[in-house]
Amino acid sequence: MRAPTELVSLVFRNPDAIRRFSLGDWDRLVRQARQADLLARLHILLRQGGLDGEIPAVARWHFEVATALAECQATEIQMELRQLRTMLEGLCIPLVVLKGAAYVAAGLIAARGRHIDEIDLLVPRERLNEVESALKLADWHSVELPEYDQQYVHRWRHDAPSQQNLRRATLINVHHAILPDTAGFRPDTAKLRRSAAEVTGFAGLFVPSPEDRILHTSTLLFHDDELPRGLRDLSDLDLQLRQAATEADFWPRLLARAEEFELSRLLFYALRYTRHFFDTPVPDEVYDLLETAAPSRASLRLMDVIYIRMLAPNHHSCNDALTPLARHATYLRAHWLRMPAHLLLPHLFHKAFISPFQDSSPAKAS
Amino acid sequence: MKLLQLPSAELRRQMAGAGVWLRTGPFSLKLKSRIPSVAESLAKLYGQFEVRSVHEAFADFHIAVNPPGNLRRWLLPQAEFSFDGLQPFDPLPRDQAFPMLEWGLNWCVSTQAHQYLVIHAAVVEKNGLAAILPGPPGTGKSTLTAGLVLSGWRLLSDELTLIELKTGSIHPLPRPISLKNESIPLMRSFSPDAYLNRASHDTAKGTVAYLRPPKESVRRQHEPAQPGWIVFPKWVADGETELLPRSKQQTFQSLSQHAFNYTQFGVEAFRVWSGLIQQADCYDFQYSRLQEAVTVFDHLAESAAAGEARN
Repeated sequence: MRAPTELVSLVFRNPDAIRRFSLGDWDRLVRQARQADLLARLHILLRQGGLDGEIPAVARWHFEVATALAECQATEIQMELRQLRTMLEGLCIPLVVLKGAAYVAAGLIAARGRHIDEIDLLVPRERLNEVESALKLADWHSVELPEYDQQYVHRWRHDAPSQQNLRRATLINVHHAILPDTAGFRPDTAKLRRSAAEVTGFAGLFVPSPEDRILHTSTLLFHDDELPRGLRDLSDLDLQLRQAATEADFWPRLLARAEEFELSRLLFYALRYTRHFFDTPVPDEVYDLLETAAPSRASLRLMDVIYIRMLAPNHHSCNDALTPLARHATYLRAHWLRMPAHLLLPHLFHKAFISPFQDSSPAKAS
Repeated sequence: MKLLQLPSAELRRQMAGAGVWLRTGPFSLKLKSRIPSVAESLAKLYGQFEVRSVHEAFADFHIAVNPPGNLRRWLLPQAEFSFDGLQPFDPLPRDQAFPMLEWGLNWCVSTQAHQYLVIHAAVVEKNGLAAILPGPPGTGKSTLTAGLVLSGWRLLSDELTLIELKTGSIHPLPRPISLKNESIPLMRSFSPDAYLNRASHDTAKGTVAYLRPPKESVRRQHEPAQPGWIVFPKWVADGETELLPRSKQQTFQSLSQHAFNYTQFGVEAFRVWSGLIQQADCYDFQYSRLQEAVTVFDHLAESAAAGEARN
């Protein structure tokens, strides 16, 4: 069920395969991995396997540059986090960090080769305005959005508009929930904050427990409408699962937490596709237990058709005849999950017929 | 094989089909275009560059300039730049297809090639030492560059100074020099033998034409140079030729505004940056008469060579 031309996950599953790569294979690997934002992580994987000598000289800089950039960003994120901690201490709000910045802060394996230009914070909804004001005083300002989008974000979204520092490139997203208010179900964010643990060696900074992080990544992944970096997010999941699985009672904790948040079906999908793309070692009994949360066989077959295409790198060499259809399906599915029909239809109408004539977002050639 | 050895019909056919593989400086490209004027300018301006079989497997940048797939093509012919299937810019009128390729290529290098500190500056070399000429459009940077390389200086680049992070040396990317507006007739009279392609009008920068890079500069495109001078040029109508020393600190500040990827590499970039400014003599330069300007630069190169000989 795997597209034969997709090389990125092939190398993750079997790094030795590169020994038989032609220059043409390297050409495709670099392009697919760049599109998936996995060049740096692939490079680190090859280095760890003692295989980086196999990278042909002409292709080498692509990997080295991606890795250097990721390392530099990690250093910068650490610095920004220290500043944010000081700022939030004044407000007596604990600094709870999500996603990429959390991997870096907690020194997780998932931080390796991960490009991070955003910091995602989780704060109680009622303190959102205070945090935004404090950010503004510290030179972080909202990224400008068109009028319709701005109103939409304020009314319905689970986060404030991104805040960008006036002097540096890093973006900050302040969330009060992990899914928008419009979604049919809303995992209890207070629970998520309570289970967050303080990072050893970084007093005052908290990251969610492994099972909460994994459920959060899965939720975002399967609610996304475009999945521009689907395979990278799936790889984040793979690395977090592998690391967490070394803790004795991780799997039962993960299953229980998924049930508590009513996210068992999403976890089922997450494990299904990490196994598919990355051979993630999920114990069979865990997978069998989750099958009760699986959709009907026909739905699952459809999900496979869609997600195996959507999670592959968004590069034309990975596409087949069904890829365009899969993209439309994902867009609609994601919106269906996040919004009830009386909001969704006007929203899609606005996006399709009004927004394109208001702003031209692509940069101008210069 | 050199591009000029490829018959023009064959070049057009390949570019409209599987594409051509071309090397320019440290980068390899796979180029596709169904627009005949792109193939035509490419043949005239990149004649000395190496091409290989389209089946040459690896290329750093996969680039295309083609008519966009929207309905406007029936009203107003356009050209759109693609980098490996992505379209980072809005389409432009078809007449600007070749400039769009050049701008797109600059974009690829400045957003990807972070093994270099990439500065938006022209750079030319004599006796192993490079003169870096930063300057926003309209300061006469390209005119000065063209004048120098048509008077014996080696062209390293007209737009992008590439400083290797590992070594601090400057790597050539001797692509065509973009001349704008009045500098087009000026270069034609300065050097009647120099080849300029057909001009594109009404671009964001006015009228643009490209000057073919000297053969010798292309032949030596893999030979790096050391930083010698950082000179901020300024063309002033009827102005006197004037070379004035500039403080290192001031140079540091102004030059960092011209760097594309200075902020991405924090400490490492800072180290390379400081090394560069330490090594180079820094000047402000005002000119209006190109021949006098060339004489001043020749004098800089001669005194450096004389200083070297004394040491």
